[in-house]
Amino acid sequence: MEPQKDYVLRTVEERGVRLIRLWFTDVLGQLKSVAISPAELADAFDEGLQFDGSAIDGFSRVQESDVLAVPDAATFELLPWADPEEPSGRIFCDIRNPDGTPFEGDPRWVMRRSLAKAAEMGYTFYTAPEVEFFYFRHGDPDQPLVPLDNASYFDLTTADVASPMRKRTITMLEAMGIPVEYSFHEDSPSQHEIDLRYTEALSMADNVMTLRLVVRKLALDRDLHATFMPKPLNGVQGSGMHTHMSLFEHDVNAFHDAGDDYGLSKTAKSFIAGLLRHAREITATTNQLVNSYKRLVAGDEAPTFVSWARNNRSALVRVPVVKPGKESSTRVEYRALDSAANPYLAFSAVLAAGLKGVQEGYELPDEAVADLYTMSRGQARASGFEELPMSLSEALDVLEESPLMADVLGEHIHEWFLRNKRAEFAEYRREVTPFELRRYLNTW
Amino acid sequence: MSEPLLVYPTPPPPELVRTLDLGGFNWKAVSSAQEPEGRWLGAVIAVDEDPEDAFGFCRALHRRGLDIPVLLLISGTHLNELEMRDDLYTDFCLTPFHQRELEARLAHLVWRSGTTMRPELIEYGPLVLNVDTYQASITGRPLDLTYMEYELLKFLASSPGKVFTRETLLSRVWGYDYFGGARTVDVHVRRLRAKLGEEHAGLITTVRSVGYRFGLSRWER
Repeated sequence: MEPQKDYVLRTVEERGVRLIRLWFTDVLGQLKSVAISPAELADAFDEGLQFDGSAIDGFSRVQESDVLAVPDAATFELLPWADPEEPSGRIFCDIRNPDGTPFEGDPRWVMRRSLAKAAEMGYTFYTAPEVEFFYFRHGDPDQPLVPLDNASYFDLTTADVASPMRKRTITMLEAMGIPVEYSFHEDSPSQHEIDLRYTEALSMADNVMTLRLVVRKLALDRDLHATFMPKPLNGVQGSGMHTHMSLFEHDVNAFHDAGDDYGLSKTAKSFIAGLLRHAREITATTNQLVNSYKRLVAGDEAPTFVSWARNNRSALVRVPVVKPGKESSTRVEYRALDSAANPYLAFSAVLAAGLKGVQEGYELPDEAVADLYTMSRGQARASGFEELPMSLSEALDVLEESPLMADVLGEHIHEWFLRNKRAEFAEYRREVTPFELRRYLNTW
Repeated sequence: MSEPLLVYPTPPPPELVRTLDLGGFNWKAVSSAQEPEGRWLGAVIAVDEDPEDAFGFCRALHRRGLDIPVLLLISGTHLNELEMRDDLYTDFCLTPFHQRELEARLAHLVWRSGTTMRPELIEYGPLVLNVDTYQASITGRPLDLTYMEYELLKFLASSPGKVFTRETLLSRVWGYDYFGGARTVDVHVRRLRAKLGEEHAGLITTVRSVGYRFGLSRWER
């Protein structure tokens, strides 16, 4: 038996683990879990756990609905919130077909494929997301939302109910091997941000899924509601998931070049160029909800035009200034991503767009120095900046036509995602919103 | 099998000799409790011939501090003799014994002797690693580590004070040309520090532009 599996089985026995939760993610980015007893774990390692996938979003197929969940031994962690008398653990799974081949509807497989492509080119892909979210008094959509505070960016308020909760969240994440870089109160009332330390992208996607669960769970323990919905409140900034990315060739940061004015290598420049050229195509995966597009408006720290810059927070791609001696932290930040994205699909999409640029040697356009928030569409277009899709519908149109994305997602997910999201948009379009009533009811 | 099984009395019952030889056990019969020197895997003591003498032998072993597991071979008629003597033996087997049963019991006795009796521990300050069971704890609190985190910690803690380069750690802990390169080491060290908790994160120090060190340097100790 492989030492990793042996180690997990031993730990389960030594620690008296009673329950092991097998975790996986559906195509929409929802965490799914099935619990097994320790006795079943060895079999699950060897043969996988068979289940009917037809009820899982994006897993259904016409011919065959059974799939296998195969635990990835490297991801085993004890759940720090479990009763110490009855420890339980979680382990992420890869989904396979009954014949053992990877299941094409599994987002983790999409990520693995993308990383394998990077590996072929000699690169390891690291990401570090900044996850934003809101706490509310309740999660009832029919009642007005009640934030916990009216604090703002970096505020330290004594009456801040959320601070101890955020602190507990971080302690739990760290106990599960998810190191946190910073956490603080964000701009909007009751909005918080947790920045994770960079790690290899597949582990990071697992970490994002874990983080969402931990944040929600700890809020729920206090009868509060945490949400990663991209734009829950009118008039204040929404929840983004700005993601820092870098490619490494073994130990060398492939984005760094000391001889360049920007400190950027040719690889970095082509990577950014790839992100820009394919930005519109990947937007449906980085911003997958109807609501996502209410965040992508001028101001509010969210990008609207396809652009890059060093010190310009209105740009889509930002290149953070690197301190002298910290060259290995050279990275690019993609700012469109929001907190409701499926991290496996979104990380795969940005990686593929960037690598395409590297492969084809795309030229990097000029840096955007102007504040794009104050630019009119006409001015922006005249300056050569394309607009990001303004709605889910538009993003889906671009996704449908994208050979790059069909390749990244694979035929199964590309097709299913389009179908599912078109239905979501169609439903939205039929809905009469409060905005329309306010605006039209008395004037027409 | 490095250490022999101690057998008493001398000569041992012939059916015991046969079972031990067939089972491939390394064994040695002794005639007095003063005799056994060095390390033993465990003891097999045939009680039936002279129960008083056999239990006396057990007590003598105990007094000499030979903390080894003891298996008694005892007939049904002598079972009542076991009363109040729980501290003298670990397990027993009824005579006449079934060869397969004795073998199984001995195998289990040897396993206990190899694992729980003398677990291999790596200790440093508040940190304890049990190499046999893969378990780690800090100030008595169990640490929940992944396999690679455990292996990395074990490697570092085996040589406190020594500075290892990322490359050395990668080749010695991961053991092959791991694709992620030395960044992998940094990522795992950070995960380990996070799990050790704020108070103990300093057990692993970064030695600028060299690598990592576990515990205090040789100069600080």
